[in-house]
Amino acid sequence: MPVINVEDLTDKDKALMEVNQLKVEVKLERWLTSKCCEEIKDYIQAGVEEDTLVKGIAEDKNPFKEKGGCVIC
Amino acid sequence: MAAEKAEMDKLKKECDALRTQIEAARKAVNDGSMSASAGGVAGLGRIQLKLRKNLKGHLAKIYAMHWSADSRQMVSASQDGKLLIWDTFTGNKLVAVPLKSAWVMSVAFAPSGNLVASGGLDNICTVYNIKAASPKTLRELDAHTGYLSCCRFLSDTEILTASGDTTCCLWDLETGKQKTVFTNHIGDCMSLALSPDMNTFISGACDSLAKLWDLREGACKQTFSGHTSDINAIAFFQNGHAIITGSDDCSCKMYDLRSDQEVITYQDPSLNAGVTSVALSNSGRLIFAGYDDFNCHIWDSLKGEKIGVLSGHDNRVSCTGVPNDGMGVCTGSWDSFLKLWN
Repeated sequence: MPVINVEDLTDKDKALMEVNQLKVEVKLERWLTSKCCEEIKDYIQAGVEEDTLVKGIAEDKNPFKEKGGCVIC
Repeated sequence: MAAEKAEMDKLKKECDALRTQIEAARKAVNDGSMSASAGGVAGLGRIQLKLRKNLKGHLAKIYAMHWSADSRQMVSASQDGKLLIWDTFTGNKLVAVPLKSAWVMSVAFAPSGNLVASGGLDNICTVYNIKAASPKTLRELDAHTGYLSCCRFLSDTEILTASGDTTCCLWDLETGKQKTVFTNHIGDCMSLALSPDMNTFISGACDSLAKLWDLREGACKQTFSGHTSDINAIAFFQNGHAIITGSDDCSCKMYDLRSDQEVITYQDPSLNAGVTSVALSNSGRLIFAGYDDFNCHIWDSLKGEKIGVLSGHDNRVSCTGVPNDGMGVCTGSWDSFLKLWN
């Protein structure tokens, strides 16, 4: 795979690269934002009840809690 | 000279026309925002997380951290020239990896837990085997002509890097060679995020753009604009259909991939600091964004409201991460400490 060194590209090369990229992107099929946002919302809400950072965690189940008390060796 | 200028003008005109077409296409599908869809969702109230651990060990600014897939180990990188691997349950340091170059900007844990990678102003991505008796350099990936800003393993045999030379690169760790170079940004690449299905990734750059790439084709598929400064951080939603970006313009944005546009911006007039890092809680409802104002602010991703803050660092929060099991959030700072919260 040839390595394209960006520093070697002329302004014209860069302009061509941009045009070619835009030609690719203009063809994209775009979905309705209402449908997409609805799906994102549904997806998030489906997981929110099990989301520890939203719901909290019981002290005895918390893996990060500081372990207190003294240890006698 | 005149012919060259005429050609450049023609190309510029073509670019402008195509951009206008794309904006029109985006507008045409923009029939509803996130505020509309999330209107009926109950607010969460204030999120108050407690500081559970303060990890001391680094002697200089922390620039990056990454959770292991086991949600217990974590690796941090500091410009004191070390990578530290932590057991976050006990707070113990498990491994210290001395770096050839102290100017580290990024660190990554391989999904297997066997390897870590780091890089920075040396332009090199170095991969270490941390399961050996003492950390052993496996590979030095040296081809970028600019600093290494971000790296992420796909597996023990492939790694993706983002660089200040404006490119991203997929490397084969068995040969140590570049497999694919992703060229299209016109500014330093600052961040990258792999899609959950590992077929695509998003890069964020100093040209204020986020780009979606097909990993196997090597091509840029989509470009997301809207930010007005460097995009320093990106995270993918677990369903693979949306991303969150964080920028020096002090805002975060959610971009939806299928409608190809921004659907919500997270910004607050009182927040005048750049965003350095972003991480999502497991459901995607909470966005943890690290800022230059020494705090990590918590946003409700659906409502667009700031609903909490993790305060305690004495300097810029440079990195943030939520482990796979979603049990907590880690913040790392220029104050040399890492903090664990939940």
